Amino acid sequence: MTTTTATQLPADWRDFFALTKPRVMSLVVFTGLCGMIAAPGHIHPVLGFTAILCIAMGAGGAAALNQWWEADLDAGMKRTAGRPLPQGRMERTSARDFGVGLSAASVLLMGLAIGWLAGAILAVSIFYYSVVYTIWLKPRTPQNIVIGGGAGAFPPLIGWVAVTGEITLMPVLLFAIIFFWTPPHFWALALFVKSDYAKVGIPMMPVVAGEASTRKQILAYSVLLLPLSASPWFIGGTGVVYGIAALALSALFLALSVPVAFRRRAGDDDAMRPEKRLFAYSVFYLFALFAALVADRLLSVQGII
Amino acid sequence: MSMTPEEQAEFTRRRKGRNLVVAGLLLAFVVLFFFITIVRIGGAQ
Repeated sequence: MTTTTATQLPADWRDFFALTKPRVMSLVVFTGLCGMIAAPGHIHPVLGFTAILCIAMGAGGAAALNQWWEADLDAGMKRTAGRPLPQGRMERTSARDFGVGLSAASVLLMGLAIGWLAGAILAVSIFYYSVVYTIWLKPRTPQNIVIGGGAGAFPPLIGWVAVTGEITLMPVLLFAIIFFWTPPHFWALALFVKSDYAKVGIPMMPVVAGEASTRKQILAYSVLLLPLSASPWFIGGTGVVYGIAALALSALFLALSVPVAFRRRAGDDDAMRPEKRLFAYSVFYLFALFAALVADRLLSVQGII
Repeated sequence: MSMTPEEQAEFTRRRKGRNLVVAGLLLAFVVLFFFITIVRIGGAQ
């Protein structure tokens, strides 16, 4: 411990809050809520709130465990060096205990208040992110983003199962959509942001396989996303509103990834416009797709479609 | 190791902040558990 004066003081509560990655949590809450609303059936508002709270707490606990494990890596990267642990604003074991406590509480509350299937899937998702992804595979394979996408794909599945109490094809398709959306979303960013992942030994795809290969893989995932995103409509799980929206949104996704795939960086001062455009659109895409899913469900409940 | 008056003041400030946050969270969970219990006992579906 080099920061004796800093760690002598109790950590500020805001640093514990920062450990939960609140911005990631807001996306998790959004997709979890969409999965819950889109599911057939009814959930009491108090229980619905509890389920979303559990998903958020689980995500926060997993994020704390992630930062406990990666404190040394975070210290070596500009983007993450300001986090509570690299800054020495709290004890490393405090982050670990906070993460374990938050995770355990979220699973217990989900199991007791909502149901043990939803609780079990929540537990699996936390283990998947903090152990399978963070500890095991992220430092070992350039497919780490593909694997990490699985962690982000759990919330709508859990939200859905909280309502129905069973796993059916529909929530699994929602899982698959986020899973296959993550790689092109992240790699578009990785192409234009100079990160220091290589410096700390994390094998990111553009560094390991090269830019050209990464660009082709972005296109491959975008092609896959077109039929996959519309599949909830094909199997009759949603109405035409979602179906048309999914096809249109994914067609544009594909159209934006084509110039990214068949381009080469023109020197170091390249503005990387197509890559930035694709990344910005990919964020909008996920929000719009899930909003369309909710709109479709609400319209059919009202008997409009 | 003794603390300077400034460190003592900062220590007290942070401890107070944490205590207030923990109290607020506990209270919120008491209220939440009460309503969850009412809903689950009442079978209000």
